[in-house]
Amino acid sequence: MSRPEFMQGNAACAEGAIAAGCRFFGGYPITPSTEIAETMARRLPKVGGVFISMEDELASIAAVIGAAWTGTRAMTATSGPGFSLMMENIGYAAMTETPCVIVNIQRGGPSTGQPTRAAQGDMLQCRFGSHGDYSIIALTPNSVQEMFDLTVKAFNLADRFRVPTFLISDETVGHMRERVTIPDSVDIIPPAPLAEGSLPYEAGEDGIPGFAPFGSGRSVHVTGLTHDERGYPDTTDPEAHDRLVRRLVAKVESARHDIADYEVINPDAERVFVTYGPPSRTVAQVMRDHPDESIGHLRFRVVWPFDESALGKFPDAKVFLMPELNMGQMVREVQRHADQPVVPIAKIGGELHTPAELLQALEAHG
Amino acid sequence: MIAPDWLREDRLPHIYCTGCGNGSVINCTLAAVEEMGWKRDETAFISGIGCSSRAPGYILTDSLHTTHGRALAFATGVKMARPDFNVVVFTGDGDLAAIGGNHFIHACRRNVDMTVICMNNQIYGMTGGQGSPTTPTGAFSTTTPYGASEPAFDLAELAVAAGANYVARWTSYHVKELTKAITTGMQTPGLAFIEVRTQCPTNFGRHNKLRSIPDMIEYLRGNAMLRVKYDRLVEEGADIPEGTFTIGELVRRRRPAMGVKQ
Repeated sequence: MSRPEFMQGNAACAEGAIAAGCRFFGGYPITPSTEIAETMARRLPKVGGVFISMEDELASIAAVIGAAWTGTRAMTATSGPGFSLMMENIGYAAMTETPCVIVNIQRGGPSTGQPTRAAQGDMLQCRFGSHGDYSIIALTPNSVQEMFDLTVKAFNLADRFRVPTFLISDETVGHMRERVTIPDSVDIIPPAPLAEGSLPYEAGEDGIPGFAPFGSGRSVHVTGLTHDERGYPDTTDPEAHDRLVRRLVAKVESARHDIADYEVINPDAERVFVTYGPPSRTVAQVMRDHPDESIGHLRFRVVWPFDESALGKFPDAKVFLMPELNMGQMVREVQRHADQPVVPIAKIGGELHTPAELLQALEAHG
Repeated sequence: MIAPDWLREDRLPHIYCTGCGNGSVINCTLAAVEEMGWKRDETAFISGIGCSSRAPGYILTDSLHTTHGRALAFATGVKMARPDFNVVVFTGDGDLAAIGGNHFIHACRRNVDMTVICMNNQIYGMTGGQGSPTTPTGAFSTTTPYGASEPAFDLAELAVAAGANYVARWTSYHVKELTKAITTGMQTPGLAFIEVRTQCPTNFGRHNKLRSIPDMIEYLRGNAMLRVKYDRLVEEGADIPEGTFTIGELVRRRRPAMGVKQ
């Protein structure tokens, strides 16, 4: 029997993690993500898991990667300043193809910024924040239910693609309280095991090597150095680096239509809002208040890898309007792919767009 | 050859310079592993960045060569998730005492059940000989061209103060004593920290009139003093030669530990 509950977004994220089989959490307190750590501290020991409060965010993500290499589903949660600190080890996770989940409950930045206010300022950082070329997966919930559902999904994607996977939420959704349905069980898709006779970093057509966590008897050497299919450092051969890094990017980017998760409302519309996360809630309000099939809404639940084909679901679109809680981040990606004008509706300061602000933008492009 | 079953022969030749002390430390560690009777699929070697941290790449078991300074945090994740594993961390003075200093004191405080071996060559070797937090005052390096002006860290004393259950210091010259210390560390529940003063003729010796390998080893042997002797000299009020450092066991205790195999 699934059970309805009234719950905070951050708590739902933690419950989603537990349901997905997460049994290791390493973290450091930071507003507005702290309730995730608090919930995990309370819940994990009861299900045989490990909660550990690390000395900083560099250590938190490091411990999570270490735990992940034992085959344990592992997660950390943070906000902007901590997210910045994690960047080097996020690149390590990408390079070593470590499945792990990183939650960022975004707040206003830069620097210490607005600890208690919502923002979507880390959308490009989560994609490009570590040095070098790589790719990741990022999911963007807009409700407490999705804090649960997309956390579960993040673990499955992380394992399937062997890539650090992000739940990029924000203070609004993290602290929002809504009704949520907790299912009795969720689908858990483990990583494909390393086949007998395969090398630890040898991948098939999908570009994803089988996973042999520590203790499986395969004596895997894991390094952040450029490595060959054996996992051994090979740092000077241009071809070895080219082959490895192109595969790391391609295994995610070439699967973008498959990973894609978005919602299409009024596909015949001419004026189309493009959103992810909580601005979609304001768009929904506008559409409830002003039923009009010429207004459409494309909402991404997966923003990275970016599935450009989603824009094609609105063949009659004359303009895309993009409310974001930043000075225009994902709008760059949409502009890169759209033939139509793409208009940013940038808002910073910590409050959601009001319906009136979105109506004003609609009228300006009517 | 010590512990041939634990070596990745397909990784040879190794990257270490002629006369490097790290090979001796790897040998002593593998001798201890053999004495412990550890199994390959229950053992993980973990390291950060630097010459010392390349060691796990030559050992045939699961191994995690991580980011600079963070080895202990990665190792904490491995050991807390799988307390049944035997975890050994190889690190160096730059990795552990500079960029990883915070993780070092917190790993000792938590007393996570693992063996941490620091190859302290008193220099950043991998990047070509820059001064580190353990470079002795007055010593020359590429970034202390007029002699190091900062005082050096005493890593073993730091580990004692921070709470590690077993702490010892030896040199790469004292291979028998070192092997015994590593074995004792592996047997002691909680964090075992073994500091090994190692010779780096290439990047430390070169700048400090210790270019030849025997000179460099003699420098370590000659400046090392057993703790009991050191304590006696202090008690007698005798002069202690400049450059002296203590060797031996600093602490063996039973503070509460984390991640201990049940």
